[in-house]
Amino acid sequence: MIAIIDYDAGNLTSVERAVRFLGEDCTVTRDLDLISNAERVIFPGVGAAGSAMESLKKYGLDKALHEAMKAGKPVLGICLGTQIITSFSEENQGTQCLGLVEGEVLCFPDDMKSPDGEKLKVPHMGWNNVKVLKDHPVLAGLKPEHQFYFVHSYYPMAKEAGNVLAQTEYGLTFSSVMGRDNLIATQFHPEKSGKPGLALLKNFIAWKP
Amino acid sequence: MLSKRVIVCLDVRDGKTTKGIKFKGNVDIGDPVDMARIYYEAGCDELVFYDITASHEKRGIMIDVVRRVAETIFIPFSVGGGISSVEDMRDVLLAGAEKISVNSAAVKNPKIITEGAEAFGNQCVVLGMDVKKVEKSEKIPSGYEIVINGGRTYMGIDALWWAQEGERLGAGEICLNSIDADGTKEGYELELTALISENVNIPVIASGGGGIPQHLADVLKEGKADAALIASMVHYGTYTIPEIKEHLKSQGVPVRDQLQ
Repeated sequence: MIAIIDYDAGNLTSVERAVRFLGEDCTVTRDLDLISNAERVIFPGVGAAGSAMESLKKYGLDKALHEAMKAGKPVLGICLGTQIITSFSEENQGTQCLGLVEGEVLCFPDDMKSPDGEKLKVPHMGWNNVKVLKDHPVLAGLKPEHQFYFVHSYYPMAKEAGNVLAQTEYGLTFSSVMGRDNLIATQFHPEKSGKPGLALLKNFIAWKP
Repeated sequence: MLSKRVIVCLDVRDGKTTKGIKFKGNVDIGDPVDMARIYYEAGCDELVFYDITASHEKRGIMIDVVRRVAETIFIPFSVGGGISSVEDMRDVLLAGAEKISVNSAAVKNPKIITEGAEAFGNQCVVLGMDVKKVEKSEKIPSGYEIVINGGRTYMGIDALWWAQEGERLGAGEICLNSIDADGTKEGYELELTALISENVNIPVIASGGGGIPQHLADVLKEGKADAALIASMVHYGTYTIPEIKEHLKSQGVPVRDQLQ
């Protein structure tokens, strides 16, 4: 069973539906026992870092995530979940995050331009490429022409190059997939990225780190 | 590179997809869930469901459509029409939509944009704008005015001002519909689209007037739109999504390839 962490962050049902579509049992929960007994953990979410960290602490989910990490359980971060696993986010006047991967989350600057001079808008919203830097079982089968659905105004940067599994360009280059040991985290939404996204989720469900 | 999005719009009435011209007369053209799956398989980047069900008592039918769509397709989709409170937004988002779009409800009560953005995040709130070209005046300096009721009621609000105000209030995206171009199949309102898109920092979806693939190329390049909305040009089989994307690619517009 996969536990999808429920911390009052929006749109957890889309992750649940995608996992069920792939034939895997899952539950959206903040029950610490359920999470501790789950085979795998997905940490999704949309929203702001500050209130997310508050909710995580209120429900004891910050500890549950650290424990899942220590127990060697496969953990998948998605979007805000991915930003929260870093050490620090600039959002909400600076938010200390979980620090499961060393790195920080920064705000996209206002004046970004595309290579052909077009103004780049924030949020970074839509389908973009993901350049894989490091082979990983969860990214197996991913081709350079595959695109994934992004929607975010802050971007993650892993500190250690070894933890950057893939990068995406939008005015600048950021870490669109990060990971270490039994943790992998995507800034994009695999559950909203059509067939390549479902393939990635399927890989995660089968992953034995 | 970020792709320009091709978004298919489905008008839904009493649980059936329908199509009308300039808000006059509608004909049922299919089941929205079946149609959503077909467009998803064909490589459409996003879907918009616009609920034109007249009676509030039948809202449950739309929520059921949203739930079934969310179980079937795995790309973002938004729902608009008849959303006038945070509770309406919550119902639709919990049923599985990625975004909700507010139009006349936001004109009448702009606070709803902020309330929605605070409750669910800016990225969930799309500001839908119906716009008509008018004489430039002190009140309407851009020469584009906000209208509601399908273009029948002029609101005395400048479209450019409203777009910027919507962004300030917390909208994450704008869906810009030209009532003049809507249903003509003669092309999008390029001047209006470029004016709005260049003067806000959030993505702009161009709507109204798409008839041939070149119209999308025009509005995505010259019109500076981030996405283009289409309806009848695909609903009646005139063009397929891959044909449209192939043409856009040939015109140098970055688009997402449909890959199996």
